[in-house]
Amino acid sequence: MGNAANPTQRLESMLRIRRFEEQVIRLAKAGAFPGHYHVYIGQEATAVTVCENLIPEDMIFSTWRNHGHLLARGASPERMLAEILGRATGYARGKSGTLHLAVTDLGAPATSAMVGGALPLATGAALGLKHQGSSGIVVAFFGDAALDEGAFYEAINLAAVWKVPILYLCENNSIPPEKRKRGQFPSSTLSAAQLVDIAHAFQIQSEVVDGADTDALSECFRRLVGEVRTTSSPRFVEVRCTRWPGNVPVWPELAGGEWNLNWAFGTKPELPELATWVEASDPLSRYLRRLLDSGQLSRQVAATTDTRVREEIAKAARFAESSPWPDPAEAMHGTFAGARQP
Amino acid sequence: MKINYSQATARAVQEALQADPKVFLIGSTFAGLSNAGRAAFAPVLQEFASRVMPAPVSELGLAGAAIGAALSGCRPLMDVGAGSFAFQAWAQIANEAPNIHYMSGGQSRVPVTFYCLIGIRGAGAAQHSHRIQAMLGNIPGLQLLLPATPADAYGMLKWALTESDNPTIYISHSKLLEDEEEVDFTAPALPIGKARICREGRDLTIVAHSVMVPRSMAAAALLAREHGVEAEVIDMRTLCPLDRETLLHSVAKTGRAVVADECHLSFGAGAEFAATLARGAFGYLKAPVHRVATPDVPIPYSPKLEAALVVTPEKIAAEALAVMNFRKA
Repeated sequence: MGNAANPTQRLESMLRIRRFEEQVIRLAKAGAFPGHYHVYIGQEATAVTVCENLIPEDMIFSTWRNHGHLLARGASPERMLAEILGRATGYARGKSGTLHLAVTDLGAPATSAMVGGALPLATGAALGLKHQGSSGIVVAFFGDAALDEGAFYEAINLAAVWKVPILYLCENNSIPPEKRKRGQFPSSTLSAAQLVDIAHAFQIQSEVVDGADTDALSECFRRLVGEVRTTSSPRFVEVRCTRWPGNVPVWPELAGGEWNLNWAFGTKPELPELATWVEASDPLSRYLRRLLDSGQLSRQVAATTDTRVREEIAKAARFAESSPWPDPAEAMHGTFAGARQP
Repeated sequence: MKINYSQATARAVQEALQADPKVFLIGSTFAGLSNAGRAAFAPVLQEFASRVMPAPVSELGLAGAAIGAALSGCRPLMDVGAGSFAFQAWAQIANEAPNIHYMSGGQSRVPVTFYCLIGIRGAGAAQHSHRIQAMLGNIPGLQLLLPATPADAYGMLKWALTESDNPTIYISHSKLLEDEEEVDFTAPALPIGKARICREGRDLTIVAHSVMVPRSMAAAALLAREHGVEAEVIDMRTLCPLDRETLLHSVAKTGRAVVADECHLSFGAGAEFAATLARGAFGYLKAPVHRVATPDVPIPYSPKLEAALVVTPEKIAAEALAVMNFRKA
């Protein structure tokens, strides 16, 4: 909404996601929670800039890589981390964990960890908003692998046939840079040469945007969210992200250490693939550098913002780790809404 | 008034649409291939044309869209079509709808209704004859309603569309669509989740649901007429919630039970009823619980072959006699 014009706030939102995800990795490495998890490092600008254009009536649908989307929508880092740690104070009282994090009050009512699983849900939510005469729209976040699934094709066809207000936002992080052959994009698994061609075939206006270019993302989403809202019809956008080196292994790793503010001030990370990534593909480093270069922000403000965010996340981690476990009896409750139980 | 099953279903849809603007339909071929049934729905679909979403042949997408519309605050009814088509939509029906309330820690509600027309219907062959209730019964989070009568068809569907807060599979049966009965629409309906004693009897209990109810009633009439056996017939009505209490209470009285089930024998709904009796009525049983069910083979096309598999009143009665004649060795 209003903060599109405020670079400090935008930077803070991106930093919050970056520092949150680093904390998640540290907690995982320390054995604080079991199971697999997915982090949003390197894609922060996408969630932040699209959510700047959303209003309370809007809904979002996410995937297993949901932390950034929910934080950008305004979710509490404390309750999110508590949920990831399976604690009673989490958003789902320990029933969802990282994979299904949902915050209904923020218009994120269901997070499916099935690839493509949320696309029909998101499309139906857009239909429901339209049916109720709401001014709200839906943003559906998904990865490029969702286009391997039949659910994607059924969903976009319905959205086009029904003319419902939804932005299909494909975050394409399919190929790590060192494995990409020259010119190889958009995906490691689809035979389509351009993902936007697929949506075009369904009469859905589509475009590609660089996921490392915060200003381009901001312009793109301001326009597309506006079009979806005013025309009540679907749009498709492919955000090309270059996978963060820490997301290349099966389990995320803080490859080359946590993100360092000095990397935006000219120092280079020691790990060569990280140095390349920070220089060319990291939306956070690139955005901060541009703010500094254009004089919109001082190093001091950047540093104090980062310190504030680190403290917020450290506090969230303390909250989560000191939170109680759910009562085991809780496992038996809440299959059905209302008094009815099987 | 005298009304048939399709007319009762159509009336429930009409009243729900009138009662709540959040109710709308995705798809609209509720009576399947029954011309009489389609005629019953035609005026409702015409009256509320703007609230009937055109539906491509897209069960997976449509099922998910119905769930999503429920999440946005609507109360959609999605016509899955033949119960067998639920397999096309399985990922959404089985792995999205039932989990959302639980895995959101109670934050989200999913008041969606899926309409399915199941059963061995004559010439459906292997792919259009599935009875999906037992498979769905193994998924926590779905309400399974299987009305066997026009009154229940009306009451259960209206309840699902206007009152339920949870995902509901409303399971109609091709062989019930033209059944008629007197329905008093002003009478209080039996609560959802209660089984109905359709016929009282002292000698044994026939446990039925869906199309097995009229066939079990016919079997009971045959048993009384030709063998002097008085069977009690229970219509379980809903598989989730499951009214184990009424079932156990009946068998505590009769001491014998036959489960009539159109599901395949192995792991069918009848297996759950039999297990309930084995655990809860052991001390009352004078004979083992028997099941009559569709054999564990796909449904064949030829009328002669299909008929060989159908659970008929005669087969139910024969199994009941076997239970009556049981003597401990």
